[in-house]
Amino acid sequence: MEIITLSHGSGGKTTHKLIENLFYKNFKNDILLQKNDSSILQKMNGKVAVTTDSFVIKPIFFLGGDIGKLSICGTINDLAVSGAKPMYITVGFIIEEGLEIGILEKIVMSMAKMAKQANVKVIAGDTKVVEKGSVDKIFINTTGIGLIEDRQLYLCANNIQEGDKVIISGSLGDHGMCIMSQREELGLDANIKSDCNLLNTLIKDILNTSKNIRIMRDPTRGGLATTLNEIIAHSNRSIVLNEKDIFIKEEVMSMCQMLGFDPLYVANEGKVVVIVSKDDANKVLDTMRGDPLGKNATIIGEIIDDNKNRVYLKTDIGGTRILNMHDGELLPRIC
Amino acid sequence: MKYIKEFRDPKLAQKMLNDIWHNTKKDITIMEVCGTHTMSILKNGIRDLLPPNINLISGPGCPVCVTPQWYIDTAIALSERDNVIITTFGDMIKVPGKSSSLKLEMALGRDIRIVISPLDALEMAKQNPKKEVVFLGIGFETTAPIIALSIYKAKNENIKNFSILQSIKTMPNVMKEVVKDPQVNIDGFLCPGHVSAIIGVKPFEFLSEELNTPAVIAGFEYCDIIAAIYYLVDMANKEKYEVKNIYNRIVKYEGNEKATAMMNKVFVLSNSEWRGLGNIKDTGFKMKEAYKNYDVKSKIDIKIIPSPIPKDCLCGEILKGIKKPTQCKLFSKVCNPSNPIGACMISQEGTCGAYYKYKIR
Repeated sequence: MEIITLSHGSGGKTTHKLIENLFYKNFKNDILLQKNDSSILQKMNGKVAVTTDSFVIKPIFFLGGDIGKLSICGTINDLAVSGAKPMYITVGFIIEEGLEIGILEKIVMSMAKMAKQANVKVIAGDTKVVEKGSVDKIFINTTGIGLIEDRQLYLCANNIQEGDKVIISGSLGDHGMCIMSQREELGLDANIKSDCNLLNTLIKDILNTSKNIRIMRDPTRGGLATTLNEIIAHSNRSIVLNEKDIFIKEEVMSMCQMLGFDPLYVANEGKVVVIVSKDDANKVLDTMRGDPLGKNATIIGEIIDDNKNRVYLKTDIGGTRILNMHDGELLPRIC
Repeated sequence: MKYIKEFRDPKLAQKMLNDIWHNTKKDITIMEVCGTHTMSILKNGIRDLLPPNINLISGPGCPVCVTPQWYIDTAIALSERDNVIITTFGDMIKVPGKSSSLKLEMALGRDIRIVISPLDALEMAKQNPKKEVVFLGIGFETTAPIIALSIYKAKNENIKNFSILQSIKTMPNVMKEVVKDPQVNIDGFLCPGHVSAIIGVKPFEFLSEELNTPAVIAGFEYCDIIAAIYYLVDMANKEKYEVKNIYNRIVKYEGNEKATAMMNKVFVLSNSEWRGLGNIKDTGFKMKEAYKNYDVKSKIDIKIIPSPIPKDCLCGEILKGIKKPTQCKLFSKVCNPSNPIGACMISQEGTCGAYYKYKIR
């Protein structure tokens, strides 16, 4: 069994071997193979979007994905929701010595597959190896560069108007509960699949359907409730959601009930929330439902003008509660 | 998991709510004593749907909230020892001690691990024979059977490096204490569904028989809770006092006999200290003589310095439903989830945390 050692990160022969045999082999493209200290890009015709994210997930392989797939999808989705066409991505690895090369290869292959699927080039990378115990197996940072071809397009919370509709592309809480259920130390036996996926095609179709998309976000960490709070924070408006229209899979709901989590605060990795004008909402909904990743899309709420910047949830039985910004980490409860 | 959807029926809920509006003729105060009920009432927005003369208050039903501060300080002191692994239910780690919390100690590198069962902690003890694995034993009759089982198994399997920092509590006697308080006026109890699943109906019958207070044992979906309120209003109107079990899909009259047998094998009733309420007779469990080696206090000499509740923190009155969190000087301004002064603010099921989170005034 071949493992990663400190010499793989030393910059010497072993490092080069790893770069050639693993990274160049899987990520190869004209820009990466310039093999320079920096990759030179051609002039881009439009506004440029940039985003960066680091991935530190445990376990690194989970039902529906792995840290590699997640690190590409997460960054590409962040570009896409800003209205950008994802073009390039850079990858940085921090690896704990002792990691099997076979595992690293699986992760890299999964990244390459996703990048290819999104038509995105991996244009630069870095590998560091640290002593055992300094990181947990592998951490990955990705930075994405995207092109906004439509010069008029600017998606932001200021665009939001009273009466706008809130659409979510499908079920909530799948990723977070998948990860929680697969943590060894909790010893839970559940079969929840992460929704980790690329959203760029779905989002492109949404933008082609309506010129009145106000803002889009992918509700990752903190879940839908936190994302909507972030959106509404600077808008002078509030959101009212209808609980009965929000889809949560039964297995996700059961796990949340057991551990005392609210699925509206649990992470998603393949969902998009769209705020769109009232008139275009049904059109956008139809487009979303035409894509496998949006087949369970529903209109879950609307924007009201009350100067309070709040997210309200109308419960099944007609009560109302406020969904606040989440504070601190989610912890399994006692009983 | 079955039995969720069946008890989430908006039409049925609406019908019962209409009846409640129609039947509520006088002011009625109902206390719930289970954190999961507190959360469900808030999550479903039930308060908004009730007539204004029904007052729902929360009692001492959140296991984290009722844990005294010295307990956290002791756990922190234990975590500072090199040969100790602290294992705990998740909610406990954020609870503030005198000058730190388990969460802060974790960040400083102490070996503190979150588990969802003490049996996992026992497993950890087997895997770490050179370390003392201490489980923070808190909760009510809900957690007591599994903690008892872990101790029983440890003794049977001769595992010597496993112990419990004990503060397990029992529910019925503290309810009696709350009702007897002249400052508290309760017209009905929403009895704790989980606790009842273990101990059954009988231990709550004193409420109606001795104290003329009606009670309903109910589940946690909104139809369960609204139905319980419906019956409590009805009994209060008719001055009919009984303990009604409408959670009979889970709660049997005699409870879970296997679980209570395990509890009784390992534990015996003892006095227990409740945050803000003080030391109350027969409201806790301690280990029987045969198992006392599994009490960490018998193994490790730890000096427990009782520390008073921080000044102005109204935990005790809030736990008894005498005051609302918004009446506490510290609420929201000084004490909030990012800077909790009391456990009630930090627990998911704590009254103060819930008032803060859902902006209840």
